[in-house]
Amino acid sequence: MTNSDIKGPQATYEEFLAQGRFMIQRAASTGEFVFYPRVTTPTGATDLDWVEVGGGATLHAITVNRGRSGSTNVALVDLDEGARMMSTLPNVETAPIGTRLIARIENDGDAPRVVFDLAEGDAA
Amino acid sequence: MSGNSMRGKSAIVGMATAGIGEAHGFSAMELLGQAAVAAVADAGLKLQDVDAVFAATSSHAFPTMSVVEYLGLKPKFFDGTNVGGSSFELHLLQATMALEAGLCDVALVCYGSNQRTAGGRLVSMSEPQWHETPYKPRHPITAYGLAASRHMHQYGTTREQLADVALAARGWANLNPDAFARGPLTKDEVLSARMISDPLTKADCCLVTDGAAAVILTRADRAKDLHAKPVYFMGAGAANYHRSIVEMPDLTTTAAADSGPRALEMAGIKLGDLDLAMLYDAFTINTILFLEDLGFCPKGEGGRFVEDGRIAPGGELAVNTNGGGLSCVHPGMYGLFLIAEAVEQIRGTAGARQIADCNLALCHGNGGTLSSQCTAILGSEATL
Repeated sequence: MTNSDIKGPQATYEEFLAQGRFMIQRAASTGEFVFYPRVTTPTGATDLDWVEVGGGATLHAITVNRGRSGSTNVALVDLDEGARMMSTLPNVETAPIGTRLIARIENDGDAPRVVFDLAEGDAA
Repeated sequence: MSGNSMRGKSAIVGMATAGIGEAHGFSAMELLGQAAVAAVADAGLKLQDVDAVFAATSSHAFPTMSVVEYLGLKPKFFDGTNVGGSSFELHLLQATMALEAGLCDVALVCYGSNQRTAGGRLVSMSEPQWHETPYKPRHPITAYGLAASRHMHQYGTTREQLADVALAARGWANLNPDAFARGPLTKDEVLSARMISDPLTKADCCLVTDGAAAVILTRADRAKDLHAKPVYFMGAGAANYHRSIVEMPDLTTTAAADSGPRALEMAGIKLGDLDLAMLYDAFTINTILFLEDLGFCPKGEGGRFVEDGRIAPGGELAVNTNGGGLSCVHPGMYGLFLIAEAVEQIRGTAGARQIADCNLALCHGNGGTLSSQCTAILGSEATL
């Protein structure tokens, strides 16, 4: 692994995000989606390819971090592909669990990150 | 050696705590040292008799090395497995294995922290998870808030039911002169406490205190020569599936659903045989989750189970009789204090909070963000 073009799953994911692409891993042999990026699926499949995420998701759990200088929510989001990730819904204070969401890449902070907005027609 | 062969093979013959609450002017290791010295004396032994050390702390990268040096020990076995607050329930199992294998004769399990007087914030060596960092979680409470939100959504658990857990803990603490948070507490006060991470308020969170605890174990055949009332190791079980809350397979079911039955099987008892349940209450939702996962009530019924004072003094089930992490003591890692209270109750030395005929106690430790789950069962001589 001395080839400087070969990067690990975390760095590859972050590189895709910097290019404006939300990519996650899928094992060709088992069809399992994996997030966060890593070197194996829970069943041991290592033939992981990168696939573009559709963007549709459902809110699984949410809490609002109440700080003295403002509040932000922290959410667990189930991607339609089946993987779960931590994220945030920056445009709302909170939302009901089960709300349909759409992913986007936000570039406001130190590094690009995936955040979620309420899906059209599900503005709770 | 099968698991069941460890049942009753070791016993706690010494126990002590130190610095519970605020211990101004003392370091974490000084408090731990005080507890260890007192526990050795309680066992009628000398410090130099200790030949095995089990420790995990919030502030020492190599806890057994630090303890060994500070106390001047020369152990031949040591284990610093750190699975957060559940470490000490696991240490009871590891100590019993080492004793039973003849690797050592006198085991010290210990913990100490001065995090209240050293700054008043939870001290942790826990490293951030890279896939969580962009969202600025404030662990541990963010993780427990997420789990509570899901439990409410899925099972209709209410903030009033979470408050019942806090009120029960305070009720017990009011019977314990060593508890840090004592005094009247009303449901209105709990419900109107400052929201920190929805749905959890300050009143749903454990204390940040100082405190140290230590226990001494020997093989059972030697225990009766050392203490009038040895507290026997009856069984233990562990289970762990995740580190980050993101990876918890089901936010409403912890690995206690596996660690509990493993411990009960080793102990050869049924849940109904227990006189006391010491459940790691870092947050009010914990008590509800563990009551369900350990089998005291069906999944989803934990909120209703704790209503009407069922786990408060005088209730049907004695839970967290010291006042718990919520109202007695929580110096970062609380797991050894569960064991300390079980020892007091089984010895019959718990004073005003003493429950009648306490022979079998379950101690359930939780580590990380509902991650590591370790259950240990302790019993009196009558249960052997």
